[in-house]
Amino acid sequence: MATTKRKMTPSQKSQAKWGLAFVAPTMIGLIVLNFYPIFNTVYQSFFKTGDFGMGNIFVGLQNYVTVLKGGEFWSSLLNTFKYALIEVPFSVAFALLLAVFLNRKIACRGFYRTVFFLPMVAAPAAIAMVWRFLYNQQFGLINNVFHSTTAWISDPKIAWISLGVIGVWSVVGYNMILLIAGLQEIPHDYYEAAEIDGATGIKQFFRITIPLLSPTIFFIVQTRIIGALQQFDLIFMMMDRSNPALPKTQTVVYYFYVNAFQYNNRGLGAAIVLCMLVLIMMITWVLQKSEKYWVFYN
Amino acid sequence: MESYKAKKALTQGLIHLFLIVFTITMLVPFLWMVLTAFKTQSESTAIDPFVILPSTWHFDNFVTVWNSYNFLYLYKNTLLMIFFRVLCAVLTATMAGYAFGRLEFPGKKILFAMVLIQMMVPAQIFIIPQYIMVSKLKWINTIAGLVFPGAVTAFGTFLLKQGYQGLPKDLEEAASIDGCNIGQQFLVIMMPLTRSSMVSLGIFTAVFAFKDLMWPMIVCSDAKSTTLSAGLAKMQGQFSSNFPQLMAAATMACLPMIVLYLIFQKQFVEGIATSGGKL
Repeated sequence: MATTKRKMTPSQKSQAKWGLAFVAPTMIGLIVLNFYPIFNTVYQSFFKTGDFGMGNIFVGLQNYVTVLKGGEFWSSLLNTFKYALIEVPFSVAFALLLAVFLNRKIACRGFYRTVFFLPMVAAPAAIAMVWRFLYNQQFGLINNVFHSTTAWISDPKIAWISLGVIGVWSVVGYNMILLIAGLQEIPHDYYEAAEIDGATGIKQFFRITIPLLSPTIFFIVQTRIIGALQQFDLIFMMMDRSNPALPKTQTVVYYFYVNAFQYNNRGLGAAIVLCMLVLIMMITWVLQKSEKYWVFYN
Repeated sequence: MESYKAKKALTQGLIHLFLIVFTITMLVPFLWMVLTAFKTQSESTAIDPFVILPSTWHFDNFVTVWNSYNFLYLYKNTLLMIFFRVLCAVLTATMAGYAFGRLEFPGKKILFAMVLIQMMVPAQIFIIPQYIMVSKLKWINTIAGLVFPGAVTAFGTFLLKQGYQGLPKDLEEAASIDGCNIGQQFLVIMMPLTRSSMVSLGIFTAVFAFKDLMWPMIVCSDAKSTTLSAGLAKMQGQFSSNFPQLMAAATMACLPMIVLYLIFQKQFVEGIATSGGKL
């Protein structure tokens, strides 16, 4: 036994050879494209990027102080949370309703699914352009239909809600598809038994569907929260730099992009994105810890 | 019994009403985009009453946008970026997925842990160093620059590993008795069996690359070398009030992917749904 452990059999040898050869391209790629950049980002966060990208100056923790002491990071973070607060609960709640309705035999089921999923294959840049037009204060369809003059995306009080609505519209179909897949895992017997016991549709929904679907719901909520915290495209496309509501809507990744690539202050950008990483990891950890309190596993 | 039936009919009616209202909400932005693209500037900004259908269907906006915004280049760049990203991702992930799923080799656990770590880290962490690498390689404003971050895929490796693990255990044994080496087993027997995982990964990669905005804006700022998404961002910056032209551009940018989705719906939904929120 001891000798076979040290000396590999020809079959083990060939597996080792082929295995390493097969993972080599991916692993080299991951090291160059992802692992080196993680360390490089940390390294850069201690430097002030010199003018014209020349000569970085070591500044220690100065970038982190700028990020954490300045108000902009925290207000961006608050905006990001506010966006997530609209997008996640509403997209999941609507998706849950749609999934339950479309999981039964109903006319035009395929058509509905096709339509609801459509935003997932459209470019966010295009979606944002269309919504920007719909929200337009003077010529927008929404104000025209409802005879209002609301400044949907330039009134700081409501712009974050308007953006959240687009977020809900964009991902509701995706959540629905995942929930339908989850619903199909629930055995039919449960509902039949409930029917015999006289439980109505709404009772069945809360006593059977929600508990048995909770792992899927948890998964969606978790991925959607993390996705919403990285929101960028919508804000970038919807909000002009001159938009008075921008300070009340810009997200953390937008704040990162502007500093790293428009002001070319890469050191500060690196510090922002690392603060965001710590935050996302904390949120993931809290979600994982909380999982057992509200997810029901069979 | 009568009242039970009536109640059931009412519920059904309410469900249909809800679904129809929701469908309209989902479709109006798309319809308004297409309709506006065919209108004149004055029709698009008419209020009280607003114009729903264009009086005549103008193709001028499409022609103008096509000519003045290098749309041919945008299509070409997007297509090439998608092609090479899909090729690289499927090729590297299917090999690595096979190794992680079916073979034993030294360092397997650590290497796979690296794959998982990459999947958990938000992608913005990589962008600054990736950009610096691309600019040092002089790949700014090139297809290579666009493809660069998508050359390998941790998510795809994970997806394909799952696919290979799901295959029956004794497949390789039969092949090795026939005298195939591992490379031949992989190519001839195993790889064809994971076609559906490969299709899912390909579609996910294509849609992800198509939708991505930040990376093409960073590495391809030149109007002729950028992608559809980033091109739209540029256009909006220059022409923020010519709604018919903007909507024509948005329609042209979205149309190819929507047509593909309508044709390969099942594969699209599967490919995007497996991504676990990465899109």
